[in-house]
Amino acid sequence: MNLWLWILIACGLAYLTKLLGYFVPAKLLESPRIMHVAGTMTIGLLASLTVVNAVASGQALVLDARIGALAAAALALWLRAPFLVVVISGAAAAALLRLLGWG
Amino acid sequence: MTSGSAPLKLRESPAFKIALSLSIATGLYGVSFGALSVASGFDFWQTMVLSLLLFSGGSQFAFIGVVAGGGSGVAAMTASALLGLRNGIYGMQINAMLRPGGWKRYLSAHVTIDESTATASGQTDPDEQRRGFWTAGIGIFILWNIFTAVGALAGDAMGDPKQWGLDGAAVAAFLALLWPRLKGREPWAIAAACALATVLAVPFVPSGVPILVAAVVAGIIGWFSHARMDEGLEPDVDPYAEKRQQEPRSNA
Repeated sequence: MNLWLWILIACGLAYLTKLLGYFVPAKLLESPRIMHVAGTMTIGLLASLTVVNAVASGQALVLDARIGALAAAALALWLRAPFLVVVISGAAAAALLRLLGWG
Repeated sequence: MTSGSAPLKLRESPAFKIALSLSIATGLYGVSFGALSVASGFDFWQTMVLSLLLFSGGSQFAFIGVVAGGGSGVAAMTASALLGLRNGIYGMQINAMLRPGGWKRYLSAHVTIDESTATASGQTDPDEQRRGFWTAGIGIFILWNIFTAVGALAGDAMGDPKQWGLDGAAVAAFLALLWPRLKGREPWAIAAACALATVLAVPFVPSGVPILVAAVVAGIIGWFSHARMDEGLEPDVDPYAEKRQQEPRSNA
């Protein structure tokens, strides 16, 4: 029961966080500097999400099949593959490397 | 929302196509969440409530990950909330882009996640931004929940979701979202700095927090690189220069 409570609080906080962004005064968003920061933050967050998903395992850094997924995705992107192909390349590379017994 | 008025146009819309393939790829990944959640000791409905109401993949994985590692409910909630802070930033960006009014604002807040925000901000035309955001947001919501249920019910039969490379799919998806933004020197420098900050932070702070560290690093770089451009230094490396030319500045 206790776990249910924390689940529901987490859900409430998640929604309020999202909603809060929509109530930031419009004036602030018209500032070119704030928009520039929003742009750099998007890049930073996506780079960070990529890295976390590729090498983090809890608080440990691990090199496993996900590195292969990262490389395969980069190659697919460099070859200008469409989004879905990139994602499938990543999954296939990770699955294949594990099948071969690595990571 | 976006559907109904012009189905033909919608099918031809690039944002719609990106959003749709993103919905399928991300939605499928819900299997992984459902299976891992049940394997971590959550029951079916706890797993479904996380996908239906929390609805932010990273935060959901953080929540079950902390509990699976023996952490308390408070710790799980904290990790999930910290990781979800970026959605507040996304909310600001979507609000600036689409300016949803009335009840739409409350609905769009719920589907404000990495993928819907990235799809929208990858487009330049406001109609395309709107199509991309809503298609990805609602599409992922529906598929993510269906596949969470599939994973939770079939988790044991499926075995380890890693065996299917689903974690590799997530890595590829985030790289694919980042890729089109890496035009010019500044975006590359920001991405490299944030990737490094993330790697350095991982061993020292709870999971979820390294992403916020990277956001702060990116924010500081953005804040000061903008100031530098105000002074007229290195204007040629500014990837946002085109945009700024449309709104001449008078404070020089």
